[in-house]
Amino acid sequence: MIKTDILIIGAGPTGLFTVFEAGLLKLRCHLIDALPQPGGQCSEIYPKKPIYDIPAYPEILAGDLTKKLLEQIKQFEPSYTLGERAEEIIKDKEGMFTVTTNKGTKHQAPVVAIAGGLGSFEPRKPQLDNLAKYEEKGVEYIIKDPEIYRNKKVVIAGGGDSALDWSIFLANINADVHLVHRRNEFRGALDSVEKVKELKNQNKINIITPAEVIELKGNKKLNSVVVSHNEGKKEIKVDHFIPLFGLSPKLGPIANWGLDIEKNAIKVDTYDYQTNIPGIFAIGDINTYPGKLKLILCGFHEATLMCQSAYKIINPGKKYILKYTTVSGIDGFDGSRKEAPKSVVQAINE
Amino acid sequence: MSDVKLKITDRDGNIHNIKAPVDMSMNLMEIIRSYELAPEGTIGVCGGMAMCASCQCYITSNHKLPLMEDEEEAMLSEALNVTEKSRLGCQIIITKDLEGLECEIAPEE
Repeated sequence: MIKTDILIIGAGPTGLFTVFEAGLLKLRCHLIDALPQPGGQCSEIYPKKPIYDIPAYPEILAGDLTKKLLEQIKQFEPSYTLGERAEEIIKDKEGMFTVTTNKGTKHQAPVVAIAGGLGSFEPRKPQLDNLAKYEEKGVEYIIKDPEIYRNKKVVIAGGGDSALDWSIFLANINADVHLVHRRNEFRGALDSVEKVKELKNQNKINIITPAEVIELKGNKKLNSVVVSHNEGKKEIKVDHFIPLFGLSPKLGPIANWGLDIEKNAIKVDTYDYQTNIPGIFAIGDINTYPGKLKLILCGFHEATLMCQSAYKIINPGKKYILKYTTVSGIDGFDGSRKEAPKSVVQAINE
Repeated sequence: MSDVKLKITDRDGNIHNIKAPVDMSMNLMEIIRSYELAPEGTIGVCGGMAMCASCQCYITSNHKLPLMEDEEEAMLSEALNVTEKSRLGCQIIITKDLEGLECEIAPEE
């Protein structure tokens, strides 16, 4: 069981900055994120894109913003559970929350801050009857262990980089690959497109375009897929069907936590961004309130106010007053101290 | 004139005749959101970076539109419910050339 003061769900810019504001109040933080690295959308989706509305940065790349936030919070020693999605939350009689991830990792904290941004990124699923029936029984959206496809019959659907890259990879481990795409043209890195063409010419990849998988057949597991294309329908015997249509953000399991949801976001009180469940806060793009703007800088503000209430929950009755970092400096949990240099004053003796 | 008239069919089939300003650098997705023609959280989810397909629209009039850039093409090649009329609303900037544009908001994925 991982124990902390504030359990932050989502390691995007808002979640990361929470660590800083909490640290000033001597509160420790642990972050959970479904992505394998911190930064949220900034590192996963648009690391090379500039942001122009971070105060005092006329321009900063999203990836660099993440790096600077990580540097800023380093002395507060945040810990992480990455590549796991927060799945379930339980509040005990003492008001302590236990959050369990999809991989079973348990975390305990008196305060939970949901800084989940757009939610977690889930694979986009094709609209096919019986799709759910064959999930993990021949239908996979993410390739976890490529070895299971060795020498197997595989149909990959999709026209982007991931469909191309996996077709190449699986063809190279002797999988019998059919690549099905709705359009005639594939859009991917030049190298990948060339490589797929080459493998097609060597009869190592069978390309079917313009075409779509329209039906799944099988008993307990998937046996074949029906593909519709120009010349009509064709049934292909398969061991695996891998639709690769990219990722799409979903609120995910958080939607079932008993929180008030409005407009696909979590309703909060703007006093301290607390949700309808005392002790659970929602900050950044995932919350909603009258006048809400989904901006990183608003997330920073929300994180700051939220930490003040978190302090009162964690330290009931313990006095505290806001201090300025310029005046008080920063004492890290790692023993480091940052402070403004003292000015040198000297008298003139005549 | 600083407005153009657009005819937008929402996901429930209701038709909305609306005015869109041409001098605010707004795109079609933002216009739809500003008139609340689709619920928040179901459109423009990625903020307008062509990185989700929540603002997919079918352009049903014959207007000359800006050409698709790679990011939009790539997204539309992966999204669901795509037809030849599909565009991402976030990639279509409102200009006076769009006077009379007609479009339908694609179903939610």
